[in-house]
Amino acid sequence: MVLQTIWFFLWGLLWAIFFMTDGFDFGIGTLYPFLGKTDQDKRIMINAIGPLWDGNEVWLITAGGVTFAAFPLVYSVMFSSLYSALMLILFALILRGVSFEFRGKVDNPVWRKVWDSCIFIGSFTPALLFGVAFANIFQGIPIDHNGIYHGTLFTLLNPYGLLGGILFVLLFLVHGALWLTIKSEGELHERAVSAVNKLWPILLVVTVAFLIASKFSTRLYENYIAHPIFFSVILITVLALLGVKFFISKKTFFKAWFASALTIVGATFFGVVGLYPNLFPSSLSPKYSLTAFNASSSPLTLKIMLIVVILFIPVVIGYQIWAYHLFKGKITADDLAHEEAY
Amino acid sequence: MLMDVVLLSRLQFAAATMFHFLFVPFTLGLSFLVAYMETQYVKTGDETYLRMTKFWGKLFLINFALGVVTGITLEFQFGTNWSRYSAYVGDIFGSLLAIEATTSFFLESTLIGIWIFGWKKLSKKAHATVMWLVAIASTFSAVWILIANAWMQNPVGFTIREGRAELVDFAAVLFQKYAIFKFLHTVSAAYVLSAFFVMGVSAYHLLKKQNIDFFKRSFRIALVFGTIFSVIVVVVGDINGVIVAEKQPTKLAAMESLWETTTRAPVYLFALPDEENEKNSIEIGALPGMLSFLVFHDIDAEVQGLNAFPKDERPPVLITSFAFKGMVGLGFYFILATVLGWLKRDRLVESPMYLKLMLLSIPLPYLACELGWVVAEVGRQPWIVYGLMKTSDAVSPIATSQVLTSLIAFILVYGLLGVTGFYLIAKNARKGPEVETGS
Repeated sequence: MVLQTIWFFLWGLLWAIFFMTDGFDFGIGTLYPFLGKTDQDKRIMINAIGPLWDGNEVWLITAGGVTFAAFPLVYSVMFSSLYSALMLILFALILRGVSFEFRGKVDNPVWRKVWDSCIFIGSFTPALLFGVAFANIFQGIPIDHNGIYHGTLFTLLNPYGLLGGILFVLLFLVHGALWLTIKSEGELHERAVSAVNKLWPILLVVTVAFLIASKFSTRLYENYIAHPIFFSVILITVLALLGVKFFISKKTFFKAWFASALTIVGATFFGVVGLYPNLFPSSLSPKYSLTAFNASSSPLTLKIMLIVVILFIPVVIGYQIWAYHLFKGKITADDLAHEEAY
Repeated sequence: MLMDVVLLSRLQFAAATMFHFLFVPFTLGLSFLVAYMETQYVKTGDETYLRMTKFWGKLFLINFALGVVTGITLEFQFGTNWSRYSAYVGDIFGSLLAIEATTSFFLESTLIGIWIFGWKKLSKKAHATVMWLVAIASTFSAVWILIANAWMQNPVGFTIREGRAELVDFAAVLFQKYAIFKFLHTVSAAYVLSAFFVMGVSAYHLLKKQNIDFFKRSFRIALVFGTIFSVIVVVVGDINGVIVAEKQPTKLAAMESLWETTTRAPVYLFALPDEENEKNSIEIGALPGMLSFLVFHDIDAEVQGLNAFPKDERPPVLITSFAFKGMVGLGFYFILATVLGWLKRDRLVESPMYLKLMLLSIPLPYLACELGWVVAEVGRQPWIVYGLMKTSDAVSPIATSQVLTSLIAFILVYGLLGVTGFYLIAKNARKGPEVETGS
């Protein structure tokens, strides 16, 4: 019981860290055609995430791997049910990853344009589809007692699912624009600030709409009503979102980014807390839902994995913070002159 | 009638894995070579070593990007396409993949960013250390992945409970002989591949008499590395054969195209299996007792033939045996090519024939590595976990059209990526190091 509950929340935490870190990479990649007016701007945008995106993406691998290890049945049903959506995400991530590496390798405008488009598609698609997928999980997925999915890709594109997709895209756009305010100077910096100011009110409206829609489309609030203390998760999330606006108006950009990071973690936990103990609820019948208790690994595996995670995740966080620290500061023309720069 | 989900999923997984493995061995081997070159630069201050680090490093990075992005899809395909397998063995197999990500892949991916962008931010020594850590982390990635694969070949340390395989002895899974020798064989092959790549590209420039000192030194480093591991890969491969004979007799019989159980079992230099009639239609150059001797160290030992097993438990014999013989032949060729290298080492520039040979040999270790995986994976059929679960029972309950669509997408996207990636690698390899020096 205890082990499975710990693992349930660790599972949520890993996804939350993935959204918080790779989220701003997705945001920058989506803003890329709109804010990057010149080639110099574009290169600053890519190099702003250049040293970090790869390490950020591993949180996805780890979140996926931990789902496999701790809740094999969830891994198997979730990934096969969401087959088409997941394949689209994977292809998008492939395109994004190679685009960074390939874009600067041939000096030809058409070549660069091709990879520019791939950066946009490869960043926008995962942002949207992760939102769609998670909103559908909050809502419940049509799986039967054998874990067989009764639907198609289009089943996922229902109003609540799409609202979740839009919410994720907006969260990541604001998160990415804020990262760019930290990493850029001059006109590009101004454009990034203005993007945050324009996107923030829309994000606020969509967040409120999502919180209200969740009342009607999901059973997430049952846990909150049973234990009102959990409403603090929603409160913190909303406060963090308001904090973004506050800090950006004070021109304290790092604090604004941090508030945005907290908003994303909060938004993820809004769903995770509401879901507990369901990991993959069935919309056909609650008895078919996969939970932390009916879908977990053996206690031995859960224990071994817990030891591994307790030993290594703090180390990972340690060297990732070191990497962030090493590459803090604005990207300058001087940085772009290095032959290794993207 | 469309092809079924099992076949399509197998084709997709094969395409995805084989494509991924075009890049993995190069990463495993070249990371160590680049780390060594950079360390030499730090130690001696010789600028040529710095240029070597940057030149080979650039090729390393293009390859690395392709390796990383194609690896991600593999982890997720166990869930998307092999969900019954994932549910059945996730308790063991899933944890190995999760440990790989947590302990190794994180380190490798975070540090590679630091290495690329950190030339001015870190001391020379720290920067070189980062590459060593990338190399070590990549090696540990291989350790975990190959332990997981070894468990599919020879499942140990588990019990069947509530309709699935559950872990009972973690140490047995980690330290089984199959895993240890599979690891040694695979990484040695990877080192041979990267050494032949460096020797081949160096040979190209030496043929053109460009940057002679630079490429002679590169060749020399790769030659040492390549010689050691071409020998090790064959020696360890031989031990692997012994282990396969013990743990997977159907695979061994298919590798050697041996139909009848017999003492003094032969090795055929060439055999064309006829699976329909359960015999070889052509057998050339039988070495009597050789197989018995190789796998049991006794020429009179009895080796089980394919006919000792039910037809539905035998792997495809033709593919397995041809892939095996191709791999072994190439393995001996690599030893020969490196030995020749030692004979020619002081007059490389004057040996255009040898240089051409080495240039043309670049693709051969790639082929050998792929053939090795064909032996391992096709030879394990019809099992996905040997003796425990059949591949046909492991597939996801999904629509054929979904798999067909994604398979086509894989072929298109990977095809384009492969062409682009190898074009960039070839382009940069031909261009040579940044600043020319006289020879």
